[in-house]
Amino acid sequence: MLVSNLEFLPDRTVLRHIGLVQGSSVRSKHVGRDIAASLKNIFGGELRGYTELLHDSREEATERMLEQARQLGANAVLNVRYSTSSIAAGASEIFVYGTAVELGD
Amino acid sequence: MFEVGLFVLLLVSGYLFGRLAERRHFRSLVAREREANALPAIAARRPPVDRAYAQHLVGGNVVISSDYFKSFMAGLINIFGGSVTPFESLIDRARREALLRMKARAKRLGAAYVFNVKFETTRIAVGRVGAMEVLAYGTALVPRVDVAVGTSEEGGAPTGSGSGADVATALSGALAADSPEARTPAARTPAARTPEARTPEARTPEARTPASGAQAVTPT
Repeated sequence: MLVSNLEFLPDRTVLRHIGLVQGSSVRSKHVGRDIAASLKNIFGGELRGYTELLHDSREEATERMLEQARQLGANAVLNVRYSTSSIAAGASEIFVYGTAVELGD
Repeated sequence: MFEVGLFVLLLVSGYLFGRLAERRHFRSLVAREREANALPAIAARRPPVDRAYAQHLVGGNVVISSDYFKSFMAGLINIFGGSVTPFESLIDRARREALLRMKARAKRLGAAYVFNVKFETTRIAVGRVGAMEVLAYGTALVPRVDVAVGTSEEGGAPTGSGSGADVATALSGALAADSPEARTPAARTPAARTPEARTPEARTPEARTPASGAQAVTPT
Protein backbone atom coordinates (compact mmCIF):
# COMPACT_ATOMS: atom_id res chain seq x y z
CA MET A 1 0.00 0.00 0.00
CA LEU A 2 1.39 3.34 -1.07
CA VAL A 3 0.74 6.25 1.27
CA SER A 4 1.61 9.77 0.22
CA ASN A 5 0.52 13.31 0.89
CA LEU A 6 1.15 14.34 -2.70
CA GLU A 7 -1.85 14.47 -4.99
CA PHE A 8 -0.49 12.44 -7.84
CA LEU A 9 2.41 10.31 -8.93
CA PRO A 10 4.18 11.45 -12.07
CA ASP A 11 4.98 7.95 -13.30
CA ARG A 12 1.79 6.07 -12.38
CA THR A 13 -1.78 6.43 -13.52
CA VAL A 14 -4.84 6.38 -11.34
CA LEU A 15 -7.28 3.78 -12.65
CA ARG A 16 -10.07 4.46 -10.23
CA HIS A 17 -10.88 6.97 -7.50
CA ILE A 18 -12.44 5.08 -4.64
CA GLY A 19 -13.08 7.97 -2.27
CA LEU A 20 -12.24 9.30 1.12
CA VAL A 21 -10.88 6.90 3.71
CA GLN A 22 -10.22 7.81 7.31
CA GLY A 23 -8.93 6.52 10.59
CA SER A 24 -8.89 7.96 14.05
CA SER A 25 -7.65 7.10 17.49
CA VAL A 26 -8.31 8.70 20.85
CA ARG A 27 -5.77 8.17 23.59
CA SER A 28 -5.15 9.40 27.04
CA LYS A 29 -2.05 8.97 29.12
CA HIS A 30 -1.80 7.14 32.39
CA VAL A 31 -1.26 8.73 35.78
CA GLY A 32 2.44 7.89 36.05
CA ARG A 33 3.20 9.76 32.88
CA ASP A 34 1.11 12.68 34.03
CA ILE A 35 3.06 13.03 37.26
CA ALA A 36 6.37 12.96 35.42
CA ALA A 37 5.00 15.51 32.98
CA SER A 38 3.90 17.91 35.70
CA LEU A 39 7.44 17.81 37.09
CA LYS A 40 8.72 18.61 33.62
CA ASN A 41 6.44 21.60 33.59
CA ILE A 42 8.68 23.23 36.18
CA PHE A 43 11.97 22.69 34.39
CA GLY A 44 10.73 22.62 30.81
CA GLY A 45 11.84 20.34 28.02
CA GLU A 46 10.50 17.54 25.95
CA LEU A 47 7.84 15.20 27.32
CA ARG A 48 9.13 12.00 25.74
CA GLY A 49 6.31 9.87 27.07
CA TYR A 50 3.80 12.04 25.26
CA THR A 51 5.84 12.18 22.09
CA GLU A 52 5.79 8.38 21.97
CA LEU A 53 2.14 8.20 22.92
CA LEU A 54 1.08 10.49 20.12
CA HIS A 55 3.39 8.75 17.68
CA ASP A 56 1.84 5.36 18.50
CA SER A 57 -1.61 6.84 18.35
CA ARG A 58 -0.89 8.25 14.91
CA GLU A 59 0.39 4.89 13.72
CA GLU A 60 -2.79 3.25 14.92
CA ALA A 61 -4.98 5.81 13.17
CA THR A 62 -3.00 5.35 9.95
CA GLU A 63 -3.35 1.58 10.21
CA ARG A 64 -7.12 1.94 10.57
CA MET A 65 -7.28 4.17 7.54
CA LEU A 66 -5.24 1.65 5.52
CA GLU A 67 -7.49 -1.17 6.68
CA GLN A 68 -10.49 0.68 5.30
CA ALA A 69 -8.64 1.39 2.05
CA ARG A 70 -7.74 -2.29 1.71
CA GLN A 71 -11.34 -3.36 2.21
CA LEU A 72 -12.39 -1.04 -0.59
CA GLY A 73 -9.83 -2.56 -2.93
CA ALA A 74 -7.43 0.37 -3.06
CA ASN A 75 -3.71 -0.04 -3.49
CA ALA A 76 -2.75 3.51 -2.58
CA VAL A 77 -3.91 6.40 -0.43
CA LEU A 78 -3.00 9.83 -1.74
CA ASN A 79 -3.21 13.35 -0.33
CA VAL A 80 -3.08 12.15 3.27
CA ARG A 81 -3.67 14.75 6.00
CA TYR A 82 -3.26 14.54 9.74
CA SER A 83 -5.26 16.44 12.28
CA THR A 84 -4.94 16.51 16.05
CA SER A 85 -7.29 17.88 18.65
CA SER A 86 -7.56 17.63 22.39
CA ILE A 87 -11.16 16.64 22.88
CA ALA A 88 -11.17 16.41 26.67
CA ALA A 89 -8.76 17.07 29.50
CA GLY A 90 -6.04 14.48 29.16
CA ALA A 91 -7.23 12.90 25.92
CA SER A 92 -6.32 13.77 22.39
CA GLU A 93 -7.72 12.58 19.13
CA ILE A 94 -5.62 11.85 16.08
CA PHE A 95 -7.47 11.87 12.81
CA VAL A 96 -6.02 10.92 9.46
CA TYR A 97 -7.74 10.95 6.10
CA GLY A 98 -6.89 10.65 2.46
CA THR A 99 -8.15 9.63 -0.96
CA ALA A 100 -8.12 5.93 -1.70
CA VAL A 101 -7.25 5.13 -5.31
CA GLU A 102 -6.42 2.19 -7.47
CA LEU A 103 -3.15 2.72 -9.28
CA GLY A 104 -2.13 1.12 -12.52
CA ASP A 105 1.43 0.46 -13.54
CA MET B 1 6.25 32.36 54.18
CA PHE B 2 6.80 28.79 53.02
CA GLU B 3 4.63 29.38 49.97
CA VAL B 4 6.59 32.44 48.93
CA GLY B 5 9.83 30.49 49.37
CA LEU B 6 8.54 27.65 47.23
CA PHE B 7 7.37 30.06 44.55
CA VAL B 8 10.76 31.76 44.39
CA LEU B 9 12.52 28.39 44.34
CA LEU B 10 10.34 27.19 41.45
CA LEU B 11 10.84 30.41 39.58
CA VAL B 12 14.62 30.37 39.99
CA SER B 13 15.01 26.68 39.17
CA GLY B 14 12.66 27.07 36.21
CA TYR B 15 14.73 29.96 34.94
CA LEU B 16 18.09 28.26 35.41
CA PHE B 17 17.21 24.79 34.12
CA GLY B 18 14.97 26.16 31.42
CA ARG B 19 17.66 28.44 30.05
CA LEU B 20 20.28 25.73 30.24
CA ALA B 21 18.04 23.30 28.37
CA GLU B 22 17.12 25.92 25.79
CA ARG B 23 20.70 26.87 25.05
CA ARG B 24 21.72 23.26 24.73
CA HIS B 25 18.79 22.53 22.47
CA PHE B 26 19.52 25.48 20.17
CA ARG B 27 23.15 24.41 19.86
CA SER B 28 22.13 20.89 18.98
CA LEU B 29 19.51 22.16 16.52
CA VAL B 30 22.02 24.31 14.65
CA ALA B 31 24.51 21.45 14.41
CA ARG B 32 21.93 18.93 13.18
CA GLU B 33 20.33 21.38 10.78
CA ARG B 34 23.65 21.94 9.07
CA GLU B 35 23.87 18.21 8.50
CA ALA B 36 20.22 17.87 7.46
CA ASN B 37 20.49 20.60 4.82
CA ALA B 38 21.71 17.95 2.39
CA LEU B 39 18.14 16.62 2.36
CA PRO B 40 15.87 19.48 1.33
CA ALA B 41 12.34 19.67 2.73
CA ILE B 42 10.12 21.43 0.22
CA ALA B 43 6.61 22.76 0.61
CA ALA B 44 5.81 22.34 -3.10
CA ARG B 45 3.03 19.96 -4.06
CA ARG B 46 4.42 18.84 -7.41
CA PRO B 47 7.07 16.18 -7.29
CA PRO B 48 9.98 16.43 -9.74
CA VAL B 49 9.57 14.44 -12.93
CA ASP B 50 13.23 14.02 -13.84
CA ARG B 51 13.28 10.37 -12.77
CA ALA B 52 11.21 7.75 -11.01
CA TYR B 53 10.70 8.11 -7.28
CA ALA B 54 9.08 5.90 -4.71
CA GLN B 55 6.90 7.85 -2.30
CA HIS B 56 6.75 7.29 1.43
CA LEU B 57 4.86 9.27 4.02
CA VAL B 58 7.23 10.38 6.77
CA GLY B 59 6.71 12.46 9.86
CA GLY B 60 8.31 13.63 13.05
CA ASN B 61 6.65 14.82 16.21
CA VAL B 62 7.66 16.37 19.49
CA VAL B 63 5.78 17.28 22.63
CA ILE B 64 7.42 20.17 24.40
CA SER B 65 6.60 21.64 27.77
CA SER B 66 7.05 25.14 29.03
CA ASP B 67 9.02 25.73 32.24
CA TYR B 68 7.78 27.50 35.34
CA PHE B 69 9.60 30.73 34.60
CA LYS B 70 8.34 30.95 31.02
CA SER B 71 4.79 30.31 32.15
CA PHE B 72 5.08 32.98 34.81
CA MET B 73 6.50 35.51 32.33
CA ALA B 74 3.77 34.66 29.83
CA GLY B 75 1.22 35.35 32.55
CA LEU B 76 2.79 38.75 33.20
CA ILE B 77 2.91 39.65 29.50
CA ASN B 78 -0.72 38.61 29.26
CA ILE B 79 -1.69 41.49 31.52
CA PHE B 80 -0.13 44.17 29.35
CA GLY B 81 -0.29 42.46 25.99
CA GLY B 82 2.50 42.24 23.43
CA SER B 83 4.53 39.47 21.91
CA VAL B 84 5.05 36.53 24.23
CA THR B 85 8.74 35.99 23.52
CA PRO B 86 9.23 33.13 26.03
CA PHE B 87 6.75 31.02 24.08
CA GLU B 88 8.03 32.12 20.70
CA SER B 89 11.41 30.55 21.28
CA LEU B 90 9.73 27.45 22.70
CA ILE B 91 7.58 26.81 19.65
CA ASP B 92 10.47 27.62 17.33
CA ARG B 93 12.47 24.87 19.01
CA ALA B 94 9.59 22.43 18.72
CA ARG B 95 9.05 23.10 15.00
CA ARG B 96 12.69 22.74 14.14
CA GLU B 97 12.99 19.57 16.20
CA ALA B 98 9.95 18.02 14.53
CA LEU B 99 11.32 18.88 11.09
CA LEU B 100 14.68 17.32 11.94
CA ARG B 101 13.02 14.12 13.15
CA MET B 102 11.01 13.93 9.96
CA LYS B 103 14.18 14.39 7.92
CA ALA B 104 15.95 11.71 9.95
CA ARG B 105 13.23 9.20 9.04
CA ALA B 106 13.38 10.24 5.39
CA LYS B 107 17.14 9.88 5.39
CA ARG B 108 16.87 6.34 6.72
CA LEU B 109 14.76 5.49 3.67
CA GLY B 110 17.41 6.98 1.38
CA ALA B 111 15.24 9.90 0.27
CA ALA B 112 16.51 12.65 -2.00
CA TYR B 113 13.95 15.14 -0.70
CA VAL B 114 10.75 15.51 1.25
CA PHE B 115 7.89 17.17 -0.60
CA ASN B 116 4.66 18.82 0.52
CA VAL B 117 5.82 19.39 4.07
CA LYS B 118 3.06 20.36 6.46
CA PHE B 119 3.17 21.45 10.07
CA GLU B 120 0.59 20.89 12.70
CA THR B 121 0.51 22.35 16.17
CA THR B 122 -1.81 21.30 18.96
CA ARG B 123 -2.00 22.33 22.56
CA ILE B 124 -2.29 19.36 24.85
CA ALA B 125 -3.18 19.86 28.46
CA VAL B 126 -0.73 18.44 30.98
CA GLY B 127 -1.50 19.46 34.52
CA ARG B 128 -1.87 23.18 34.99
CA VAL B 129 0.58 24.71 32.57
CA GLY B 130 0.17 22.69 29.42
CA ALA B 131 2.36 21.50 26.63
CA MET B 132 2.18 21.49 22.87
CA GLU B 133 2.76 19.02 20.17
CA VAL B 134 4.25 19.83 16.81
CA LEU B 135 3.99 17.38 13.95
CA ALA B 136 5.84 17.82 10.67
CA TYR B 137 5.01 15.47 7.83
CA GLY B 138 5.60 15.13 4.16
CA THR B 139 6.29 12.73 1.34
CA ALA B 140 9.81 11.35 1.10
CA LEU B 141 10.89 10.82 -2.49
CA VAL B 142 13.27 7.93 -2.80
CA PRO B 143 15.01 7.58 -6.17
CA ARG B 144 14.13 4.21 -7.65
CA VAL B 145 17.15 2.31 -8.83
CA ASP B 146 15.10 -0.34 -10.61
CA VAL B 147 13.78 2.14 -13.16
CA ALA B 148 16.48 3.56 -15.38
CA VAL B 149 15.55 6.99 -16.63
CA GLY B 150 18.14 7.89 -19.22
CA THR B 151 18.87 11.58 -19.12
CA SER B 152 21.74 13.01 -21.11
CA GLU B 153 23.67 14.01 -17.98
CA GLU B 154 23.39 10.63 -16.41
CA GLY B 155 24.02 8.66 -19.54
CA GLY B 156 21.15 6.34 -18.72
CA ALA B 157 22.90 4.82 -15.76
CA PRO B 158 20.70 4.44 -12.73
CA THR B 159 22.28 5.99 -9.68
CA GLY B 160 21.52 5.41 -6.05
CA SER B 161 20.25 8.04 -3.66
CA GLY B 162 20.95 11.51 -4.93
CA SER B 163 24.42 12.96 -4.84
CA GLY B 164 24.80 16.69 -4.36
CA ALA B 165 24.76 17.68 -8.02
CA ASP B 166 22.01 15.18 -8.71
CA VAL B 167 19.79 16.70 -6.08
CA ALA B 168 20.51 20.21 -7.34
CA THR B 169 19.45 19.44 -10.92
CA ALA B 170 16.32 17.62 -9.85
CA LEU B 171 15.46 20.36 -7.40
CA SER B 172 15.77 23.13 -9.96
CA GLY B 173 13.57 21.06 -12.24
CA ALA B 174 10.97 20.65 -9.52
CA LEU B 175 10.94 24.31 -8.63
CA ALA B 176 10.84 25.30 -12.27
CA ALA B 177 7.78 23.13 -12.72
CA ASP B 178 6.02 25.08 -10.02
CA SER B 179 6.76 28.61 -11.14
CA PRO B 180 4.34 29.90 -13.79
CA GLU B 181 6.94 31.52 -16.06
CA ALA B 182 8.76 28.20 -16.28
CA ARG B 183 5.77 26.54 -17.88
CA THR B 184 6.80 27.77 -21.32
CA PRO B 185 8.34 25.01 -23.39
CA ALA B 186 11.65 26.84 -23.72
CA ALA B 187 12.26 26.86 -19.99
CA ARG B 188 11.77 23.16 -19.63
CA THR B 189 14.82 21.01 -19.52
CA PRO B 190 14.53 18.92 -22.67
CA ALA B 191 16.33 15.93 -21.22
CA ALA B 192 13.91 15.45 -18.38
CA ARG B 193 10.69 16.25 -20.21
CA THR B 194 10.80 14.65 -23.63
CA PRO B 195 9.27 11.22 -23.95
CA GLU B 196 12.49 9.85 -25.43
CA ALA B 197 14.28 10.63 -22.18
CA ARG B 198 12.53 7.75 -20.55
CA THR B 199 13.75 4.44 -21.74
CA PRO B 200 11.04 2.18 -23.13
CA GLU B 201 11.99 -0.61 -20.72
CA ALA B 202 11.21 1.68 -17.83
CA ARG B 203 7.61 1.87 -18.94
CA THR B 204 6.96 -1.83 -18.97
CA PRO B 205 5.47 -3.34 -15.86
CA GLU B 206 8.31 -5.86 -15.45
CA ALA B 207 10.80 -3.08 -14.86
CA ARG B 208 8.84 -1.92 -11.87
CA THR B 209 8.61 -3.69 -8.63
CA PRO B 210 5.11 -4.45 -7.41
CA ALA B 211 3.63 -1.47 -5.60
CA SER B 212 2.71 -3.37 -2.51
CA GLY B 213 6.11 -4.93 -2.02
CA ALA B 214 8.50 -2.13 -2.87
CA GLN B 215 6.68 0.72 -1.23
CA ALA B 216 6.29 -0.29 2.33
CA VAL B 217 3.98 1.79 4.45
CA THR B 218 5.86 4.05 6.78
CA PRO B 219 3.50 5.76 9.16
CA THR B 220 4.83 8.65 11.12
